[in-house]
Amino acid sequence: MPRLSYRRALTRALADEMTRDESVVVLGEDIRVAAANVTTGLLKKFGPERVRDTPLSEQAFTSFATGAALAGARPVVEFQIPSLLFLVFEQIVNHAHKFPLMTGGQCAVPVTYLVPGSGSRTGWAGQHSDHPYALFAHVGVTTVVPATPADAYGLLVSAIRCDDPVVVFAPAGALDLREDVAEPAPVPLGRGVVRRSGDDVTVVAVGHLVHDALAVAEELSGQASVEVFDPRTLYPFDFDGLVDSVRRTGRLVVVDDGNRSCGIAGEIIATVVERVRLAAPPRRVTRPDGAVLPFAPALDRAVQPGRDQLTAAIQLTLKDG
Amino acid sequence: MTGPDPVWLYRTVRLIRRFEERAIELVDAGEIVGGIHPYLGQEGIAAGVCAALAADDLVTGTHRGHGHVLAKGADPARMLAELCGRVTGLNRGRGGSMHAADFGVGVLGANAIVGAAGAILTGAVWERRRRGADVVGATFFGDGAVNEGMLLEAFNLAALWQVPVLFVCENNGYATTMPVAGAVAGTVAGRAAAFGMPSTAVDGQDPERVREASAAAVARMRAGGGPELIEAHTYRFDAHHTFEHRVRLDYRPPEEVAEGRSRDPVDIQGARLDPAVRAEVDASVEAVLDAAVDFALAGPHPDPATALDHLYASGLTARTGGG
Repeated sequence: MPRLSYRRALTRALADEMTRDESVVVLGEDIRVAAANVTTGLLKKFGPERVRDTPLSEQAFTSFATGAALAGARPVVEFQIPSLLFLVFEQIVNHAHKFPLMTGGQCAVPVTYLVPGSGSRTGWAGQHSDHPYALFAHVGVTTVVPATPADAYGLLVSAIRCDDPVVVFAPAGALDLREDVAEPAPVPLGRGVVRRSGDDVTVVAVGHLVHDALAVAEELSGQASVEVFDPRTLYPFDFDGLVDSVRRTGRLVVVDDGNRSCGIAGEIIATVVERVRLAAPPRRVTRPDGAVLPFAPALDRAVQPGRDQLTAAIQLTLKDG
Repeated sequence: MTGPDPVWLYRTVRLIRRFEERAIELVDAGEIVGGIHPYLGQEGIAAGVCAALAADDLVTGTHRGHGHVLAKGADPARMLAELCGRVTGLNRGRGGSMHAADFGVGVLGANAIVGAAGAILTGAVWERRRRGADVVGATFFGDGAVNEGMLLEAFNLAALWQVPVLFVCENNGYATTMPVAGAVAGTVAGRAAAFGMPSTAVDGQDPERVREASAAAVARMRAGGGPELIEAHTYRFDAHHTFEHRVRLDYRPPEEVAEGRSRDPVDIQGARLDPAVRAEVDASVEAVLDAAVDFALAGPHPDPATALDHLYASGLTARTGGG
């Protein structure tokens, strides 16, 4: 079975969609030379009209993509740095996202914002290490965080085909993964998946943390049966799928590489407890409130959710109630 | 639109003038909530620019955008219904004054964020041309927008990629209450020059002069030229927003207002017509607007149960906010 790397999964998704649909164009900084190692080979194959290297003008090229989408294109905009999304939050939220409603349904804005390397890359410090997916879930922009190469392919394809704006966070912590994939296929937006079945507690893990959760579940397998749920899409969230899991296990822990206050973990827990009577108080493992990742590697790691914290949270939840 | 047709220009400035006056009456009557940013005094710019555009050319406007939408060809009745928040409005009552859009006539929306629409229009024109359509675009903005970074980024992108967009600066002297002298270092034309973009200054109170300058720029753009800028000097006859009708803000000396109002685009263009023709146009505009008011006020209010309609084009359903 062919090995597929996470980055090449993204490359292949872009190439396949550009081949299938002339309206797909890619915009971004340094994409002609694939500085983020994702747009590799696209310029040669599709030419500079559809693979447009941009000046460092994030606000302009993000809204340029909105306009192109209003005129029929399906642009993919690559951002090398997750915090550039702060710079273009206005363009995505106030324009791309609002146009369909504000115009009374006269238009669609099918733009994909791709961040290959979100979260910490170790050593990139305060302004290059954010993981702001919860902001987009909050404003109601479709937000996906693929954990595996197969999902990276499948969710990016679905994002490009979606008639609304979609932000695709490809966590830096997952970019080096490889897996055997027979035939990459689209993965539906808004559908989670149980990565490991268990009976005692449901752990929701976002993005690269799915792999930490699976490792912790394995370590704890002598003591407890841990189910790992990968939501894959954070907005719209597959609450039905998660509730099915939590109804069986009765316990919930969320591990999320976002800040604690108003983070996605808080939303997940709130919605589950609205629908399910849990056997024990739920727990969450997140970045701290207001996290700014410090430069030194030990500090950088200290601010991110760790396996020890997740293990402790699971054990506390199992002990309670 | 039409060619150099003085009657069309007059009809358009008169239509916008009377539309705005009727809209202000509806604000006062409580039929338009939230107020409006009247375009009174600036009508010659929308009319003159749109006279130089073809039906499938694209336009984006501003929070002071009624004139742009009307001059590009939107139905005044559906426009007024939109201002009144009715389902019969251009945007089904979802946009209102500051977001009125009519994609069917190439209006990709008034846009309420200052300086934001230039890049959107640049992308739209680029994509239409990539698909083989020989279209150009015009994006309107005020003097306040020339200090917005995203507009200057759009200048750069359009000039760099030679996208034929006419950047139309409606310099009415004030960004809300801030005079140009207090806000703009350098000049508007200097900003165009910095990006290698030709610019033309024009008397925005004279619809013919605006049309001439726009037609010349559009002809150069259709012949393969890149974006251009027009700086139309104008004067806003009324308030920044109708809230000023209730809360008096002291920022324009009365003599200045009187002088500004003395050069009225409706009168300047009207004087070029035979008085009988002018009277005929006036009567027909009045009839159109009488019918528009009737249409707007007869339109149903939207059902609150439909408040989330059109939020997503993909068919995604949002969770509601109730318990």
